[in-house]
Amino acid sequence: MTYDNVAYFAQTWGLLYLVVLFAGVLIYALRPSARKKFEDAAQIPFKED
Amino acid sequence: MGLIALPIGFCAAIGLILAANAQDTAMYVHGLMFFVGSILAGFWVIKSTTGAPKAAAPKTPEGFNDGVVRAGVIASTFWGIVGFLVGVIIASQLAFPVLNFDLPWTNFGRLRPLHTSAVIFAFGGNVLIMTSFYVVQRTSGARLAGNWSPWFVFWGYQMFIVLAASGYLLGVTQSKEYAEPEWYVDIWLTFVWVAYLLVFLATLWKRKEPHIYVANWFFLAFIVTVALLHLVNNLTMPVSFAGSKSYILWSGVQDALVQWWYGHNAVGFFLTAGFLGIMYYFVPKQAQRPVYSYRLSIVHFWSLIFLYIWAGPHHLHYTALPDWAQTLGMTFSIMLWMPSWGGMINGLMTLSGAWDKLRTDPILRLLAVSIAFYGMSTFEGPLMAIKEVNALSHYTDWTIGHVHSGALGWVGLVSFGAIYYLAPRMFNVTRLYSVRMVSWHFWLATIGIVLYAAAMWVSGIMQGLMWRAYDGLGFLQYSFAETVEAMHPFYVIRLIGGLMFLGGALIMAYNVYRTAKGDQRTEQPYAVSNAPQAQVQGAVS
Amino acid sequence: MIDHGKLERNSILMVVCILLVVSIGGLVEIAPLFYLESTIEKVKGMRPYTPLELAGRNIYVREGCYNCHSQMVRPLRDEIERYGHYSLAAESMYDHPFQWGSKRTGPDLARVGGKYSDEWHFTHMIDPRSLVPESVMPGYPFLAKTEVAELDMAAHLRANRAVGVPYSDEMIANAESDLLAQLDPDADGLDGLQQRYPGAKARNFDGKSGAPTEMDALIAYLQVIGTMVDFSVYKASDNLR
Repeated sequence: MTYDNVAYFAQTWGLLYLVVLFAGVLIYALRPSARKKFEDAAQIPFKED
Repeated sequence: MGLIALPIGFCAAIGLILAANAQDTAMYVHGLMFFVGSILAGFWVIKSTTGAPKAAAPKTPEGFNDGVVRAGVIASTFWGIVGFLVGVIIASQLAFPVLNFDLPWTNFGRLRPLHTSAVIFAFGGNVLIMTSFYVVQRTSGARLAGNWSPWFVFWGYQMFIVLAASGYLLGVTQSKEYAEPEWYVDIWLTFVWVAYLLVFLATLWKRKEPHIYVANWFFLAFIVTVALLHLVNNLTMPVSFAGSKSYILWSGVQDALVQWWYGHNAVGFFLTAGFLGIMYYFVPKQAQRPVYSYRLSIVHFWSLIFLYIWAGPHHLHYTALPDWAQTLGMTFSIMLWMPSWGGMINGLMTLSGAWDKLRTDPILRLLAVSIAFYGMSTFEGPLMAIKEVNALSHYTDWTIGHVHSGALGWVGLVSFGAIYYLAPRMFNVTRLYSVRMVSWHFWLATIGIVLYAAAMWVSGIMQGLMWRAYDGLGFLQYSFAETVEAMHPFYVIRLIGGLMFLGGALIMAYNVYRTAKGDQRTEQPYAVSNAPQAQVQGAVS
Repeated sequence: MIDHGKLERNSILMVVCILLVVSIGGLVEIAPLFYLESTIEKVKGMRPYTPLELAGRNIYVREGCYNCHSQMVRPLRDEIERYGHYSLAAESMYDHPFQWGSKRTGPDLARVGGKYSDEWHFTHMIDPRSLVPESVMPGYPFLAKTEVAELDMAAHLRANRAVGVPYSDEMIANAESDLLAQLDPDADGLDGLQQRYPGAKARNFDGKSGAPTEMDALIAYLQVIGTMVDFSVYKASDNLR
C-alpha cells in the first residue's frame, strides 16, 4: 500500500461515499413528513421541570 | 452497603500500598491522599445509610436526584475561581517575571498546566457533569440511575482533579498538553469516566420519552469520544509500579499527531460538543422558546463530530509531520466552519422573536453573548488553520488570544448562564439573590475578554511579524529578546482583562452563596417589556 | 440508509454510530504514519540518549520547559536563519514523549546544542536576567542544589526499551556507571560510554566539584539537542514526503 494508492482511493470512492452519506443525512432531516415529529421533539425541554 | 464497602476498602488498600512502596515523593503523597479519600468516602457512606432519613421530600413525582447537581453548582463555582486565579497569577508572571520566586512549585512551567487543567477539567468538567446530570433527568422524565454511582462520578472526579493539580506542583507531568496527569491518575480517571457513561446511559434507558433530546446527543458524543481520546493518548509504560514517572508508547512524529488529535478534540468534544449540549437545553429554557431548527441540529451534530476529529494536524503546520497529513488537517478545519456556524445560528436564532428579553434578562444575555463568542472563535479557528496564516500565528500569543476568546467567551459565559439558571432551582428558592449582580458580572467578564483577546491579537501578530522582519541589508532585524521586550505592555493589558474576568466570577460566587442561604437582595427589578409573550409553539423546526 | 428515528430511540446504537463516525478521521490520519516508510527520513547519527541526557530530559519535562520553548524549526527562511537547519522527524524518533511544543514565549531550542557554553547555561539557569535583561524566564537555582537523586536509570532505560527505543542489554547494565562517566573526562568508563553512545560529550557540565546535580543533567541534555544528525550527508531530495 503506497501513498498514491491510498490517495487515489480517498479521492474517488472515499469522496463518493461521504457525499452520499451527507446527502442521506440531509434527506432524512429535511423530508417534509418528519416535520411534526421534530416539532414535538423540540418541545421536550418544556415538559418537565 | 456491604457491596459498596468492598471497592472502597480496595481503594484504601491500593492507596496504602502505593504510599508504602513509593519510589518518589509525589507517589508517596498521592498514595496517602488516595487512602484518606477512600476512608472519608467510607465514613460518608456509613453516615448516609445509618443516619436519620432526610426530611426533605422529593419535590417532583419522578424524585429527580438533584443532590449531585447541587454539589456540582458549588464545585463548578469553586474550581472556576481557582482556575481563573491561577490564570491571573501566571499572566502576572509573564508581565513581571520576578513573581516566579524561582521555586520549583511556583515557577511558570509548573503553574501553567495547573491553570489549563483547573479551567478545562476542574471548572469545565464539573459544569459538564452538573448540567448533563440535570438535563438528562429533565429531558428523560427519569431519576438519575443508581444511588451511589452518580456520587462516585462526582467525588471520583474531584479526586482526579486534586491528584492532577497537586502532581503538577510536585513536578509530575507527561508534558502532553491538556493530558499532563501521569499514568496512575489516568487509570483512576478511566474508572470515573466509565461510571459517568454508564450512569448517563442507564438514565436514558429509563426515559419516558421515546425520543432522545438533542442536548443528550451532544453529551453522549462528548463522553464517548473523550474516553476514546483519553485511552489512546495516554498509553504509557510506567518505570516502576509505585513510581510516578512513565514513558509514552508513541514517539516523535507519531506522538505529535496522537497528541494533537487528542488536544484538538479536547477542544472539539470537551469544550464544544459538551457545551453545545448545555446550549441546546438552557437557551430554549431561559428564552422560553424551542430550539430554532431541530433539523439543523441533526445535520450539524453529525457533521460536527465527523469533521472535528480530522482537524488535529493544523497544530503541526510546517513541522516534521508529513505534508499530506497537514493538508488534510487544514482542509477539514476549514470545512469545520460550516457545522460550527450551524450550531451558532441554531442557538442565536432560538432568540428570534424574543430579542427584547436580552434587555431585561442578564442570564439570557450571558447565554447569547457566549454563542456570539462561539461563532467568532469558530470563524477565527479555520482562518488560523490555513497554512499561510498559521506560519505567522503559530507559536505566538495570537493562539493564546484565540483560545481565550473561545474559553472565556464561549465556555465561560455559557457556564455562568447555566450556574445562574440552576442556583435558585437547586437550592429551592424562588429567585437569585440578585439579578442586577448578574448584569455586573456580565459586563466585567465581557470587557475583560475583549481586553484579553485584543491584547493577545496585537502582541501575537506583532511578534510574528518581528520574528520574520529583515533589515535593509538582508539580516534579521530583531533578536528574539527584543521581541520579548515588545510584549510587555500587552502582557499587562492581558493581566487587567484577566483580573476583570476573575472579579466577575467572584461576584457570581457571592451571588450563588447568598442565593443558597435563601437571601434576596432588595433591588429594582428589570422592567419587563410590554410586548406580547412569545409563543412556545410554532417556531421553525 | 440508517434510520435516524431508531438512533434517536436507541442509545446504544447511537453510541456505536458516534464511535464509528469519530474513528474515521483519526484512523485515516494516524495509522499511515506507522506504515508509510517515508514518514521518518533516513539519516545518519541518531542514537538513544545517554543515561545522563535522559535524566536531563526528564528534568526538562518535569519543569514544563515545553510550555514556552518549542523544539521544531519550521522550513521558513527566517527560522532557518535564526535557529538553523529545519527539524526532521528522524530527530525526535527516540523522544517519548515528543517535545515539539506549541508556543515560543522563549526561543526555539531544537538547535540549541553547542550554541552556548556550559557556563552560559549554568549562569542563565541560576538567573536568566543576568545574561538577557529582557527575559521573562523563571530562574532555576534549585537545580544546582539538587543531586541527581539515586535514580534507577537502568529502570528508565528498560521502560524506554519497552516502548521501542533500542537500548541494548549492555547499555542497561552500564546505566549507572555511564551516567557518572559522562561527567568525568578522566573516567575509566569513558571509552565504553562513547562506544555505546557514539559522539556523546563527556565533561563536568556544571563546572562544580562534588556530587552530580540536576544542573549537570539538564545542561548535558540541552547540549545534545539537535546535534545528532549528520547534515553533511543528509540529502533533502531523497526524503520528499
